[in-house]
Amino acid sequence: MRVRILVSFKESVLDPQGQTVKNALLTLGYGFVKDVRQGKVFEIELDGITEEQARRAIPEIADKVLANPIIEKFTWEILTEKKKV
Amino acid sequence: MKFGVVTFPGSNCDYDTFFVLRDVIRQPTVFLWHKDHNLEGVDCVVLPGGFSYGDYLRSGAIARFSPLMQEVREFADRGGLVLGICNGFQVLLELGLLPGAMLRNKHLRFICQFVHLRVDNPETRFTRRTRRGQVLRIPIAHFDGHYFSPPETLRELEEHGQVVLRYVDEKGEPTEAANVNGSMASIAGLINRRGNVLGMMPHPERASEALLGSEDGRLIFESLVQP
Repeated sequence: MRVRILVSFKESVLDPQGQTVKNALLTLGYGFVKDVRQGKVFEIELDGITEEQARRAIPEIADKVLANPIIEKFTWEILTEKKKV
Repeated sequence: MKFGVVTFPGSNCDYDTFFVLRDVIRQPTVFLWHKDHNLEGVDCVVLPGGFSYGDYLRSGAIARFSPLMQEVREFADRGGLVLGICNGFQVLLELGLLPGAMLRNKHLRFICQFVHLRVDNPETRFTRRTRRGQVLRIPIAHFDGHYFSPPETLRELEEHGQVVLRYVDEKGEPTEAANVNGSMASIAGLINRRGNVLGMMPHPERASEALLGSEDGRLIFESLVQP
């Protein structure tokens, strides 16, 4: 089983990296770009646990290790075969 | 006073810190290894600068889970003295011994330069050799030193005098230009409510001998040693 976890800054936290990318896109003429938020992607391969157990473990891992809850938020999904990269 | 300097894989200020404590301040000093569970009876644990575990994930995020840090947490909970310098400060934030988090510097550059710091609380175990408002000249060297905390946390820190050091200009004014990394409230150094855990981004060990351009950093170590 593969899960993908996206970690990004909370809205209340400045994201200077995202701002820099946004400014570059605007400079390149993509005037329709309204905002850019940069984040991190984790793809984790799981073995030996049920989907139900994974649904409990993943938010715990994300909250404890992958994201710093003071500045970051996360979303996650279990990847189906088709979504595998 | 017996000091212990922690070495993580990727620490690179551990020997400088060890040298200053043993040879400049002249106190018994040992290295503590991140995989051990033994604090060797030290009175003060120093978490040095560097890039622990490559600073992969986030600065200080992996070091927080090392075996020794569990001992350091209990040591701090018992009132033991802990000083986190630069990466050590980041580890203390990740561990939750100090509130808040570090973001990338405001201009997205690694900054390595002398800065001016104002002592806003000289009544701590780490600053009692200084005067209120005294301006210290100590270098910084970091990428992630942009201090962040939610407004209510910031308010509490200010109310309890926990902001010990602020980035200021040479006259002691916390101007925007002097706040080189963009830290909230120009915060350069923080102490916990109990007063036994201090984190600071500037490197006092790099400013402890006249030969290196400043001796102001020594005041931090000497404050700890003073009976």
